[in-house]
Amino acid sequence: MSMLEVTGLGHTYGSVDAVSDVSFAVEPGELVCIVGPSGSGKSTLLRCIAGLLPASRGDVFLHGDRVSGVPSDLAVVFQDYSRSLLPWRTVFGNVEFPLRDRGLSTVERRSRVEEALAWVGLSGAAGKHPHELSGGMQQRVSIARALAYRPALMLMDEPFASVDAQTRADLEDLVLKVRLEAGMTVLLVTHDIDESVYLADRVLVLSPSPATVVETLKVDLASPRDQITTRGSESFVRLRTEIARLIRR
Amino acid sequence: MNAWIRAGVLFCALLVWQWVTVEVGNPYFPPPLRVAEAAVRLWPSHHFAADVLPSLLRVLGGWAAASVLGIVIGVLLGRSRAAADYFEFVFTFLRTLPPPLLVPVFMLIFGISTEMEVATIVFGSVWPVLLNSVDGARSVDPVMADTARVFRLSRARWLFGVVLPAAGPKIFAGLRVSLSIALILMVIAEVVGATSGIGYQLGTAQGASDLPGMWSWIALISLLGYLLNRGLLAVEHRALVWSRP
Repeated sequence: MSMLEVTGLGHTYGSVDAVSDVSFAVEPGELVCIVGPSGSGKSTLLRCIAGLLPASRGDVFLHGDRVSGVPSDLAVVFQDYSRSLLPWRTVFGNVEFPLRDRGLSTVERRSRVEEALAWVGLSGAAGKHPHELSGGMQQRVSIARALAYRPALMLMDEPFASVDAQTRADLEDLVLKVRLEAGMTVLLVTHDIDESVYLADRVLVLSPSPATVVETLKVDLASPRDQITTRGSESFVRLRTEIARLIRR
Repeated sequence: MNAWIRAGVLFCALLVWQWVTVEVGNPYFPPPLRVAEAAVRLWPSHHFAADVLPSLLRVLGGWAAASVLGIVIGVLLGRSRAAADYFEFVFTFLRTLPPPLLVPVFMLIFGISTEMEVATIVFGSVWPVLLNSVDGARSVDPVMADTARVFRLSRARWLFGVVLPAAGPKIFAGLRVSLSIALILMVIAEVVGATSGIGYQLGTAQGASDLPGMWSWIALISLLGYLLNRGLLAVEHRALVWSRP
């Protein structure tokens, strides 16, 4: 069974079609990127999948269950990490916060938080407050928060669009490493073609708004990926060129 | 260093006040030393238990009740579109009533009593904290609201763990304004209709032409206002450490 199955999904704001007819599936353990031009309805699509926005048409199934409202085993990493973290709680407190309503013991919560912070390399910053951290570190906190929640599916909405290039490369590698360690299924939305190819097992290319899936590309790059050799490889260049053509059409 | 300069300024102001009042010799404006004498005579006497303490309890009690009411109603209005649509105009209307106007009304209802005083204080000082709570609760970032939904926070955790702290800076600003209004209303209510309290003693001293005594009660009210505000600022400082990176 697919982890996520989207069939005929569409969303209309008033009379404006943002997403017209999107269907795809994500298999367990896969990392799928959705790439599309700015304003193509990517975020709307993601919000519908997360259950934050009721879709106008179509269905979303998370491991077989039809999604209506936010499912209990799904986490989202937002682009605006600074607006998504609680400024009055420490790093530890932020990661632990969503676990409090899940009926876990204090000990279990603590061990989950510590594990997640270790995955993202922030064990030493547990007692700090978000404003004491750089943007990249703050985004790592929100990734740790999502990981500690142990969702079946992690959605990421332009997660690296607000950090500088070097931090972005570091965070990309962090996601690749952590999703293997945590065995996470990831669906990531981005407008950056290179990023989608670098990260994904599969790339879904969206048309301009109203969004449809124009093409699904399997990314056959060797693992583990490397910022320099992978990005310089022939198949990387071929894939990014193909996606760029599809998007600029 | 700054503290020394401030103390120096205060000392000089008192000195000038003393000198001017002694020179002018107007009985309505007694020199500060005579006011201080009256203060030493009146404040620690039986008046402390009979007047100062009751006043303090009324102002703090009324203000606390107004704060709880204001925060609860304000947060609910701030987070519920429907509630705001139905009720907000009522509150904006009620708020424009000058609260001292209600002293005669509450006097009719409750008579000359502590209830009358507390009712006046509550009704007058609830608005700043209520309206600021509405504002604060509304200002919760939409991304934060989405985050809370994604992680399926319980309603209580959302309200107490996210909305209330996020609204904290605005709520505290409202609490400070409410506190100063509560103090003013305490005095007005006591001057007009009470049989004890600082305001009552102020009125009595005035009636008995004990002018240094009258001024000493005025000084005590200022002093209390200052100390209460300092106390609240200290609490605010502790509670909102996070908002001042």
